[in-house]
Amino acid sequence: MTEGKQPIIEIRNVSKRFGKVTAVDNISLDIRAGEFFVLLGPSGCGKTTLLRMIAGFEMPTEGQIIIDGQDMSLVPPNKRPVNMVFQSYAVFPHMNVTDNVGYGLRISGISKAETRDRVAEALELVKLGGFEDRMPDQMSGGQRQRVALARSLVMRPKVLLLDEPLSALDAKLRAQMQFELADLQDKVGITFVTVTHDQDEALSMASRVAVINKGEVAQLAPPSDLYEYPANRFVADFVGSVNIFEGRLTLDEPDKAAVNCPGLGKIYLNHGVTGPHGANVWIALRPEKIYLHVPGEGKAVRAAAQDAPDGHNLARGTIKGMSYLGDVTLYDIQLEGGHIIRVSRPNLSRHDQEDFTWDDKVSMHWRADSPVVLLS
Amino acid sequence: MSGALQDWKSQKKPFAAVATAPVFWLGLFFIAPMTIVWLYSFGQNAGPADIDISGTLDNYKRATEWLYLSIFLKSFAVAALTTLICLIIGFPVAMAITFAAPKWRPWLLLGIMLPFWTNLLIRTYALMALMGSNGYMNKGLGGLWDGASWLRTLVGMQPLEAWTPVQLLYNNFAVVLGLVYVHLPFMVLPLYSALDRLDKSLIEASLDLGAGHFKTFMKIVVPLAAPGIFAGVMITLVPALGAYLTPDLMGGTDSQMIANVIERQFKRANDWPFGAALSFLLIYAMFILIALQSMRANKVKEAG
Repeated sequence: MTEGKQPIIEIRNVSKRFGKVTAVDNISLDIRAGEFFVLLGPSGCGKTTLLRMIAGFEMPTEGQIIIDGQDMSLVPPNKRPVNMVFQSYAVFPHMNVTDNVGYGLRISGISKAETRDRVAEALELVKLGGFEDRMPDQMSGGQRQRVALARSLVMRPKVLLLDEPLSALDAKLRAQMQFELADLQDKVGITFVTVTHDQDEALSMASRVAVINKGEVAQLAPPSDLYEYPANRFVADFVGSVNIFEGRLTLDEPDKAAVNCPGLGKIYLNHGVTGPHGANVWIALRPEKIYLHVPGEGKAVRAAAQDAPDGHNLARGTIKGMSYLGDVTLYDIQLEGGHIIRVSRPNLSRHDQEDFTWDDKVSMHWRADSPVVLLS
Repeated sequence: MSGALQDWKSQKKPFAAVATAPVFWLGLFFIAPMTIVWLYSFGQNAGPADIDISGTLDNYKRATEWLYLSIFLKSFAVAALTTLICLIIGFPVAMAITFAAPKWRPWLLLGIMLPFWTNLLIRTYALMALMGSNGYMNKGLGGLWDGASWLRTLVGMQPLEAWTPVQLLYNNFAVVLGLVYVHLPFMVLPLYSALDRLDKSLIEASLDLGAGHFKTFMKIVVPLAAPGIFAGVMITLVPALGAYLTPDLMGGTDSQMIANVIERQFKRANDWPFGAALSFLLIYAMFILIALQSMRANKVKEAG
């Protein structure tokens, strides 16, 4: 939906080194105006450092950050057209809500009347009307976060930076805030750049996600592409849950491909893979894309897997572990070759979880467009 | 186990066992002698070694005469100036330690605390050696003077007169400088502990919202460090007010502080009742200061 828009932030070959440690390693990416951009990665991957360089709290060792066409190399944080919501919220403890939210406006010399109006408007936006005189220590974590949000939004920045915005909230509130943040972003039309280590957060809020690993961009894509078309094993494994098997490419034509996985069996794909014939590759298969059967339902199995030639995309094993999560049940199944594969099965009826139990022999199949072939 | 020890109200015996010794100690060596001195302040000399506690207020009347009151006021002014200078020097020092790399912080703090472990007398004499007519300060100033004189001859001007050492010691300046030197750690440590607790992202948030470093300092750092500032002021002001050694050694004839006057009553004048009255006036003044401080602290607690 944001295709074709001008980049509001251009990151050009940016590296950041702290002594011998390279936190950010030659990253280049564009963030488009109006999008909800998420930097996703494990802790210590450099995503927060990148965010802090956009805010101006860290200077790049190499490279250039351009915001709205202006090089930020010599621009201090207080002169940048961006505002940040800190992980700790950083709400000023000695000021009430009104003074906190109005702080930036007062500093920049906005008139009292306008400050009052804009503060009221911002508090309305984050649903904090009526909290004007509260002190921060009389508020919950979620409310303080709203103060921090309002305090940044009231400045009408070109870009709003959010550092792990939901990490300190409990699970229910986090889910609610995910929606509210996305909704808010839609309403104010400001570009949001969020840092998170939580893949659910990234998938649910982002228009595009940059997965960062060891200071480099592992993949930059919309959430669904990230999940369904991961570019490498790191992304496949970090975003969601996945089974990965090593194999060898035996067939690669424009409309079909086959991989021989010693651990899993013969894999057939209904599309080509641009990899060298005979190359070592990895097969990534999501647990929810595997169908589980009682052995002997052979016909049904073959009918379901009809898009694959006989003997492909099928596996047998024994259930070695189960965990019932309510909406789905996870099964850890030991394959005939000894490997463990994880399968998730939705509990479509109230009794579905009773169909299989420990040590049951089961068959599995998957569609020819389900496996992803990874070259790295 | 921790529960049993925590609730001393229900476990009176172990608490009493632990508390007896310190209470006894305080009673015998602090409260009792202080009470005796306090009683002396209402007495009069009845002989070379005899004090008759007659309940007279003459000592207090004499202590509030202008001669002594002016020394009180002057002591207060000197202590206040010392505290102010300590605050002005100590704040940047405390901030520098707070923002230093973590591996340096313990060493910097050690540098602040090191003087504590050296005898005050030795430190004071060392400072005097530095500031004397033949000390390094005067030698340094003399060197600069000679250099300036030489530069003047280079451009064809008359050389300056010969350097006459500056009288740095035995005046009020020396007293304040000595007091600042001695009391600076008392100021730096509470400031450091307040600044160290300050969430650094608050400073970043202020910068992020468009405030410069000075505005951030005035609107965020100072208000949030206020408890540390007040603690530092009190902990510097109170001992500086009762300073004895520094004015005695480094001051001139006009720089005696109230503690020097008190000492003279107890020793040379052998007028213990009057000395006691002066002492307790000083103690009352400190009580008032401490009461003001704790009232302020309570107010802050209620407001927070």
